[in-house]
Amino acid sequence: MSHNQIGLRIDGRRPAELRKITSTTCVLSQADGSAYLEHGNTKVLAAVYGPREARHRALVLHDRAILNVELNVAPFSSGERRRRSKNDKRLLEMASFVKQTFEPVVIATLYPRSQIDIYLQVIQHDGGTLQACINATTLALIDAGIAMTDYVCACTAGWVEREAAIDLNYIEESSDTSEVTIAMLPKSSKITLAQMESRLHVDKLEEVFRLAGEGCKQMYEVMDKTIRDRAEDLARKMTV
Amino acid sequence: MNVSFHSPAPRTAISGSKAHRQSKQHGLEDMELDGDHEDGANGSGVKASTLHVVTPGEVITNDTAFMRGHGTYIENEKVVSSVAGVVDRVNKLISVRPLHTRYTGEIGDVVVGRITEVAQKRWKVDVSARQDAILMLSSINLPGGVQRRKQESDELQMRSFFMEGDLVVAEVQAFFGDGAYSLHTRSLKYGKLRNGTFISVPPALVQRCKSHFHSLACGVDVILGLNGYIWVSAHVPQNLDEIDTELVYSNKNKEDITPRDRESIARVGNCIRALADEFIFINDTIISFAYEASLQYKLKDMNKKEIMHAIATEATTAVDNMKG
Repeated sequence: MSHNQIGLRIDGRRPAELRKITSTTCVLSQADGSAYLEHGNTKVLAAVYGPREARHRALVLHDRAILNVELNVAPFSSGERRRRSKNDKRLLEMASFVKQTFEPVVIATLYPRSQIDIYLQVIQHDGGTLQACINATTLALIDAGIAMTDYVCACTAGWVEREAAIDLNYIEESSDTSEVTIAMLPKSSKITLAQMESRLHVDKLEEVFRLAGEGCKQMYEVMDKTIRDRAEDLARKMTV
Repeated sequence: MNVSFHSPAPRTAISGSKAHRQSKQHGLEDMELDGDHEDGANGSGVKASTLHVVTPGEVITNDTAFMRGHGTYIENEKVVSSVAGVVDRVNKLISVRPLHTRYTGEIGDVVVGRITEVAQKRWKVDVSARQDAILMLSSINLPGGVQRRKQESDELQMRSFFMEGDLVVAEVQAFFGDGAYSLHTRSLKYGKLRNGTFISVPPALVQRCKSHFHSLACGVDVILGLNGYIWVSAHVPQNLDEIDTELVYSNKNKEDITPRDRESIARVGNCIRALADEFIFINDTIISFAYEASLQYKLKDMNKKEIMHAIATEATTAVDNMKG
């Protein structure tokens, strides 16, 4: 049905093909670091403030910075207009996924007694919000000059129509597929997040993970180019 | 032991400038003289390109002879970058300098900051660093005599010196154990800021130089804080001998700031914004050139993107021409 005869997916992609990715950094002038990222029609804006003086005295850690992630989904982001409250359990859960993903990667011990705020805004939702949020956060953190041991690249994969496929869109996601989101450090291939909400047969798991890992490596190429171009551009401007 | 100093003025690698070429040559000689690391210089060592940009997780060198500096970490005996930026190498020390980041201070830096909190015997000051800096009551000049013991009455009237929201110019005096800065204003150059406007630029654009207090020809004073906070104000003639210490903490602007002065202040402010927008180093020379370039435009047009760009380009060409 969604697969046609030559093995293409519903939007004409091959199984191991990502959607078109566009990314830019430094889109907000007030934030210390910011990034805008599109995975096909999924659009996310990330803003990073800090490391800065911690606002809540009680939470301050004397030897490291605290990470604070807030996620907001625009009411107009999906097909049906819907306002989500700030305390929506799903949003809080997603925000804590992002936080847990970055805690082992950000070298927080360099910034004692301070706080790093990450604000994420989903502008349009077409599947794979979590992966887009993680990738946008990586770009924004690097733009803010915050020390990290490596990039964090995220990608989803799932079992669609008897085949493993990566970067599922909204239609593929909603048609009762099992979907895995993984976040990977591309240099060491370490995984900092593996999240799955439905059941997947154990025989298929390895193939799905392998594809997701490959997707992460592809994401890395795109993200690294964005960061490198921006850094070279700034360096060149400063030498004039 | 061989010690080579990089020229302090343009810190980034300038492909064409003489100063850099000298220091670069010096650095390379240095490497070769060491002998035992010759292979490091050619093969596995640091790339010799003038602009060596790295991103997080990228291996800078796997030669164990190098030491890791800021912006790097060691993994499996390799020096790996932890930020995206330009590689700085001083002899055997490798560090990576991110270009768009918060302020990291050094002792002796002149900074402009805003008081965020009045606490026990101290003020907290926002200097755009990773923590608020601290200004102790004991490190300001108390009114009524330069050398005077701090009294309990001073503690009770701290708000009469600096209130929340006041802007101050100060110098970094020391670091606390957790890396917070301790400031002081024990000089008549430092203290409360009045008569002007505040501009914030990326800290990387303000370089350390002999003086950060400038009086421009257009009758405007500029304080270039190394933390990227800049204060542009009406010119106040300074005679340091007879300053009324009571006036140092006054909250009143001087009375005779003419509309003309105000326009100059706004114009200089807009010029600095235009330069920062193009990510150009900010110093007194380039501000003066940008000011001259801006005179052909109306003040209200100066926040248009294309005019900002035109002013910045004209100012940089003027600086290039001056250098020859």
